[in-house]
Amino acid sequence: MTISAFLTDATVCIGCKACEVACKEWNEVPADGFVWSGLSYDNTQSLGASTWRHVMFLEQPQTAGPQIADTKDPFRWVFLSDVCKHCANAGCLEACPTGSIVRTDIGSVLVQKDVCNGCGYCIVSCPFGVIDRRPVDGRAFKCTFCYDRQKAGLIPACAKACPTQSIQFGNLEELQERGNNRVHELRERGYEDARLYNPLETSVGGVHAMFVILGEPENYNLPPAPEVPTIYLKSAWTSALLSAAIAFVIACVAFAH
Amino acid sequence: MLNSDAILIMGSNMAENHPVAFQWVMEAKEKGSTVIHVDPRFNRTSAVANMWVPLRAGSDIIFLGALIRHVLENELFFREYVLHYTNAPVIIQNDFGDTEDLEGVFSGWNSEKKSYDPASWMYEGAAQDGKKSSAPKASESEGGHTQHGAAAMPDLSKYKTDPTLQHPRCVFQLLKRHFARYTSEMVERYCGVSEESFLRVADVYCKASGPEKTGGICYAVGWTQHSSGVQIIRCAAILQLLLGNMGRPGGGIMALRGHASIQGSTDIPTLYDSLPGYLSMPKFGEESKTFQNYLAKYKPRTGWWNNYDKYIVSLLKAYYGDAAQPENDFGFHWLPRLTGDHSHQGYWLDMMDGKMDGLFVMGENPAVAGPNSGMERRALAKLKWLVVRDMVDIETSSFWRSAPEVQSGEVRPEDIQTEVFLMPAAGHAEKDGTFTNTQRLLQWHQKAVDAPGDSRSENWFMFHLGNLLREKAKKDPQPKNAGLLALTWNYSTEGPHQEPSAEEILKEVNGYTVADRQLVPGFTALKADGSTACGAWIYAGVFPKAGENRANQRASKDFYGHGWGFAWPSDRRIIYNRASARPDGKPWSERKKLVWWDEAAKKWTGNDVPDFVATKPPDYVPGENAEGDNALAGDKPFILHADGLAWIWVPTGLADGPLPAHYEPFESPVSNPIYPNQQVNPVAQSKTRAGNQYASSPDARFPYVLTTYRLTEHHTAGGMSRTLSHLAELQPEMFCEISVEMAHELTITPGEWVTVVTKRGAIEAHALVTPRVQTLEIEGKLIYQVGLPFHWGYTGLVKGDVGNDLIAISEEPNVRIMESKGLLCNVLRGRRADNVLGVKELLEAQKVAP
Repeated sequence: MTISAFLTDATVCIGCKACEVACKEWNEVPADGFVWSGLSYDNTQSLGASTWRHVMFLEQPQTAGPQIADTKDPFRWVFLSDVCKHCANAGCLEACPTGSIVRTDIGSVLVQKDVCNGCGYCIVSCPFGVIDRRPVDGRAFKCTFCYDRQKAGLIPACAKACPTQSIQFGNLEELQERGNNRVHELRERGYEDARLYNPLETSVGGVHAMFVILGEPENYNLPPAPEVPTIYLKSAWTSALLSAAIAFVIACVAFAH
Repeated sequence: MLNSDAILIMGSNMAENHPVAFQWVMEAKEKGSTVIHVDPRFNRTSAVANMWVPLRAGSDIIFLGALIRHVLENELFFREYVLHYTNAPVIIQNDFGDTEDLEGVFSGWNSEKKSYDPASWMYEGAAQDGKKSSAPKASESEGGHTQHGAAAMPDLSKYKTDPTLQHPRCVFQLLKRHFARYTSEMVERYCGVSEESFLRVADVYCKASGPEKTGGICYAVGWTQHSSGVQIIRCAAILQLLLGNMGRPGGGIMALRGHASIQGSTDIPTLYDSLPGYLSMPKFGEESKTFQNYLAKYKPRTGWWNNYDKYIVSLLKAYYGDAAQPENDFGFHWLPRLTGDHSHQGYWLDMMDGKMDGLFVMGENPAVAGPNSGMERRALAKLKWLVVRDMVDIETSSFWRSAPEVQSGEVRPEDIQTEVFLMPAAGHAEKDGTFTNTQRLLQWHQKAVDAPGDSRSENWFMFHLGNLLREKAKKDPQPKNAGLLALTWNYSTEGPHQEPSAEEILKEVNGYTVADRQLVPGFTALKADGSTACGAWIYAGVFPKAGENRANQRASKDFYGHGWGFAWPSDRRIIYNRASARPDGKPWSERKKLVWWDEAAKKWTGNDVPDFVATKPPDYVPGENAEGDNALAGDKPFILHADGLAWIWVPTGLADGPLPAHYEPFESPVSNPIYPNQQVNPVAQSKTRAGNQYASSPDARFPYVLTTYRLTEHHTAGGMSRTLSHLAELQPEMFCEISVEMAHELTITPGEWVTVVTKRGAIEAHALVTPRVQTLEIEGKLIYQVGLPFHWGYTGLVKGDVGNDLIAISEEPNVRIMESKGLLCNVLRGRRADNVLGVKELLEAQKVAP
């Protein structure tokens, strides 16, 4: 089984948002509000039920940004196209009580919209804040990894539309290697804070949508150590049972008196 | 561009407005090329460039002039290239006077007519009377879009040179003297660019020169939309020629085209002064009284344009078919004549004056996209009828009911007598045809789906409209209808709507022999005797035989993409590529080789189709009385020019001088530092009148520099993007970009509404406060710049005030474009409705000294 993956590279992104538009066009995702944010050129603001690709615009007060070699620009402007991470251990999938969210044969995490009952458990269980319910509909939506396109031999719409190959699509292992090589190359070229975002060491167990970024992951709304909420199940249930037991004992004692 | 060692992007926000082409810039950068972006704003192009240099809008010629000076003073030019391929060694007449001596104007200036007589700009020895016929001589330099501006081209085949470049009147020395005062200190003081930054740019860019290296320059409307736009581009031409960067891989000047087939719309023109293939529209008067006069004016004795008669006769044969015969000058007299200024600005002012009855608007939305849109909307109301063809009900078709002045009650719909017809148009996926893009590449597109409802293609509309008009004309056989009736108008149609065949039109464009209707293989097959017909000579070869639509080729077979589409002329991917080889025909270097002379095979060969007569050897010397291309030596790559040279100096064809000179925009915060007695381009026209007025320069009422631009999320005036939710939501509201310092001084909170005011009007926008707009220090004063996207209007899913309401109608003298990139404005806190009094005060106040 081939595991599909994205590698999104902030260092070649030009912020054109073609990925956002291509995604919406192919997947027939509705508008997400006509609101001017005033936050740089980011009027999409975040991923959500009706935004499955989101280009961030980060105006960073950083002198001589590494992508601007040999100048004294007082800041840098970094773009990154965010997307569902299709985690190796997906919080949303584990929380879904109806079986709507499944792991597909290409390793992606897919919401089956005809099964979703809109309970919303997945929303609080996503460590990245990706999945959300669409208010007019109630059900949860997120990136499908263009499963339909992939099954038809096409690459995802966002990757297809990207003019600068900032969004690369391919096999997970191959892209992991490409991402590591890219970071190595960037560092050699003076991008000292380049890094690959792929939290392998946490309970998420790595992501199928990796990012080449400059600086700290927090700047990109990427948690440095994301965890799947279900890892807390054992301790949560243990505490709950213990509390119940204590309450029971206290109640018994109270009645006995 | 993948071959470029350095890429200078100036006057363009390429990443945002040409993102697909920009992939090559990104790839070149990955390969090690240095990308330099010079722009008033730090935008998405600056973000990924290696260097960003902010400069004051409108100071481009000071910056570029200083680059030219830098090259000359430091002897960084590519000497062998300059000596052989440019007119740098050519000696100019001794009555030439420079702006340096004549207080900002060149010799030949006529202050009454406000135009130049270019006679003194001519090469010494190139007799104006060297023409064979008594062609009408141009007494004014005309400019224009055609023939490389070579109107009234004199015989340039004879000239004197000084190969040592030392003669005081040789172009090289004149150039050196002309730009001597364009120093890096001037750049620091008047462009707002530190000397250090400037020198870094100069150093990096000038290194991309010589046998082993090349650099490319990209520009777009950030250069053209100035009152000296053409001369800004001329600076780039001079720079590239000095550095030897034309006709070579990785070199060139890329005139980035902002929309699909804008290049196509100049090749097969929508321009007022041009016929297909850059042939000239005849002007009313002596030059067009006879076909002979017309040819005498436009057909030079030497150079490739000597084939002019073949191209115009073949065009007339394509237009008029059997009705075009030698006896009636092939129908030349049926062609309309230019009787005045028929540019957008010109006819719009005519419309304003009630001189026009009707207007067709196709693929444009002037009610919000035109300069001084508010005035243009008022002009629309003076028409009797207006036909708008578009995919949606755009602002131009709804101006009578929803324009701001209608909403405010100032104009009442019942007072507007214009009858408006909105005709639904098909989108490009709903029709067959070609796109011609920036690199002259024709690409065929197939119809994917039927257009909905009554939407039809342009071909359909024009063909059937033509049929109806011809029916009417048949019943009314006046002389003025003869041309219409003589037209070949017999395209075969297909489908239920009788759609004319687009391939058949492309075949007509390609050209054919009249007798047996065989498609011609290329423009060298065209004849001046009426035996061939061709819709656009430069496109000849795109359809060389039946079933071979080369625009539809999709199998690229080499690095330059031969086999994918068809690049005019003759599938040459880099024009003037003879210059990629040394004068002796060998490549300048292995790294930069493109075409070269194969001595064994006795022909030019290489990685591109040679833009040169394939069998003309490098050592070819023309005979004394040789004509046409035969009159150009084997080491003269610029075959379109009558002298075969690239023009550092323009002896004829430009309205505003043989060399670029810096003039301030019509509205500027500074006095012209180079020519204190000549503030603005003397030939540019401000078209000042009620409703189209200007601030003074400088003007305390309007202290800030305003520059307009586009965002990648929207398409020009928004007709195709504000109507689609996926695009509209990405930039949903009108905003302006201002610097942090400016916001601080005016106590503007980020995001709040402000009103931007110019002498033409006032609009409201959100304030986007950002360090990406920097405050510049000019002459010790802080200059604030305001950036304004112009995508909004009063229809569509997202609406907003019309940025172009603030722009003046003005004309650059050569191509008559308006100045929208450097203006003066004021900014008031609060919405437009809250600022009625403040705006009124500003517009009515007398000029105040700053």
